[in-house]
Amino acid sequence: MEIELYVFFLFSFALIFSALRVITVNNPVKAAIYLVFCFFFSAILWLLLNAEFLSIILILVYVGAVMVLFLFVVMMLDINLAKIQEGFVNYFPVGLIVFFVMAVLLIFFLSDQFSNMDKNIIQEITLIGSNNTKNLGYLLYTEFILAFEIAGIILLLGIIAAITLTHKKNILTKYQNPSEQVKATKSDRLKVIKDEGQKQ
Amino acid sequence: MIPMLYYLILSSLLFSISLAGIFLNRKNILILLMSIEIMFLSINFNFIIFGNFLVDLTGQIFVFFILTVVAAESAIGLALIVVLYRNKQSINVDDIGKLKG
Repeated sequence: MEIELYVFFLFSFALIFSALRVITVNNPVKAAIYLVFCFFFSAILWLLLNAEFLSIILILVYVGAVMVLFLFVVMMLDINLAKIQEGFVNYFPVGLIVFFVMAVLLIFFLSDQFSNMDKNIIQEITLIGSNNTKNLGYLLYTEFILAFEIAGIILLLGIIAAITLTHKKNILTKYQNPSEQVKATKSDRLKVIKDEGQKQ
Repeated sequence: MIPMLYYLILSSLLFSISLAGIFLNRKNILILLMSIEIMFLSINFNFIIFGNFLVDLTGQIFVFFILTVVAAESAIGLALIVVLYRNKQSINVDDIGKLKG
């Protein structure tokens, strides 16, 4: 047994445990914290697979940004926990059956297909150097430049969609409505009143 | 040397756990979103494993794009939850049909 195998087993068991806690814990804040642990352990396992750039991205972007967003939303909402948990016991057998069927089928298939692969999968992939980040950047800006730009547009779309969904229109702000201005006619603004007092 | 099968079994277990989580937490849309995040994590694991197996960096590039799309998706999903809570004072999945635009 090498040290790599020990590290792999330690962090994979921790990963499985925290993933189980995410789906069974009844408090959404605790679930978010366990999800942070999940991302952290998988970042370490990705380091073992020589994907250094992606593991740092997972910690910086996921734990730093997306999970903070999750925690913000969880804290903003005042959730009735008892009402949310009411279906849990009823669905528990179904969830257990789904878990076992899916896991047994996948593991059966995978161990049938990939059991005698004695190739070492922890290997450095070199393209223009031994630096993982350098290689990824090279591929990203040459071969996948269109996909990279589309990813930027998708992020912009996410920003716009989130803002338009949650933005409340402020009533106190004074603004002009051009269509109302164009529609206005003379009779809307000017009212001719006959002067009754002049006759007498 | 860690066999490839161990990593594949780990990612399939993660996938099954998140699938069971979707069944278990049918009422709580926040945990549903978190289950989907774990599902994407297991898919990313598979991409990196097979990319290493085939000695190709395209798998890691793909993970990069998946991370981008998932970040946008979870931001929009959380915005929808905030809108739902503002209108109905609950985040029950059954109430989502009542949003109506």
